[in-house]
Amino acid sequence: MQVGQNSLEKVVREVAVEIKNTDGLHMRPAMQFVDIANQFDCDITVSNDENSVDGKSIMQMSMLAATCGTKLKIKAEGANAQEALDALRELVEEKHFDEPTPKRKKEL
Amino acid sequence: MKFADFVCFEALVPELKAGDRDSAIAELVSLLDKAGKLGKGSCREVTRAVIKREEEASTGIGRGVAVPHIKHDAVKDVVAAVGLISSGIDFSSLDKQPVYSIILLISPADDPDKHLQVMESIFKHLQNEMFRRFLRQCQTSEQIEDLLMEADENPYL
Repeated sequence: MQVGQNSLEKVVREVAVEIKNTDGLHMRPAMQFVDIANQFDCDITVSNDENSVDGKSIMQMSMLAATCGTKLKIKAEGANAQEALDALRELVEEKHFDEPTPKRKKEL
Repeated sequence: MKFADFVCFEALVPELKAGDRDSAIAELVSLLDKAGKLGKGSCREVTRAVIKREEEASTGIGRGVAVPHIKHDAVKDVVAAVGLISSGIDFSSLDKQPVYSIILLISPADDPDKHLQVMESIFKHLQNEMFRRFLRQCQTSEQIEDLLMEADENPYL
């Protein structure tokens, strides 16, 4: 039996991310996101201006229609919330789902 | 976006003849082709591309539905076909269960945002258990069309 675990206080963490890849959050990126989210026990919620959806459900994630440039809020509640957010933020903003980002329009 | 904006009503099949994933895809693509939605001579190429995409990662997202899709120059605007198969077919779905309802989607290669909007409309309804059940129960093309039109009017279906 585990002793001394304070499970009453649920850790809640939140991060804002921006979709960087040209094609946006289409199904393959959404699946990558859901795969990572599901590696964590915490609840993960993703929201745009209109909707909040379950970050572990591919159907719900596909409802966000997050185009390139869209800002999303990712909220994690529970065990390893911060680690989950770090991994998801890296996927969205740094790896941009291993997809191309828009070419810079013009350089001055 | 509404179903009526992108679903090809000449490509609604209440009972696909196909017995497997690839022939189901081929059947739906050829209906889009017959309806004049695909660029001339691109039917086989589109079919191959959809199957290739499916091999990379299944679009069988569970709960008996699959949404095979590609972006392709063969279309100028997003177009979708719907096929049902009462005995269910293997789509290598995420939940390992058979697929009974297929929404096949071809989007133009150069409009990623529109593709996302259409996916949003589709999933908004597909994640609704009632919509999935009604869709699966459709016995005629007209019933599929009626259901889609009703869903367009009722965001909760």
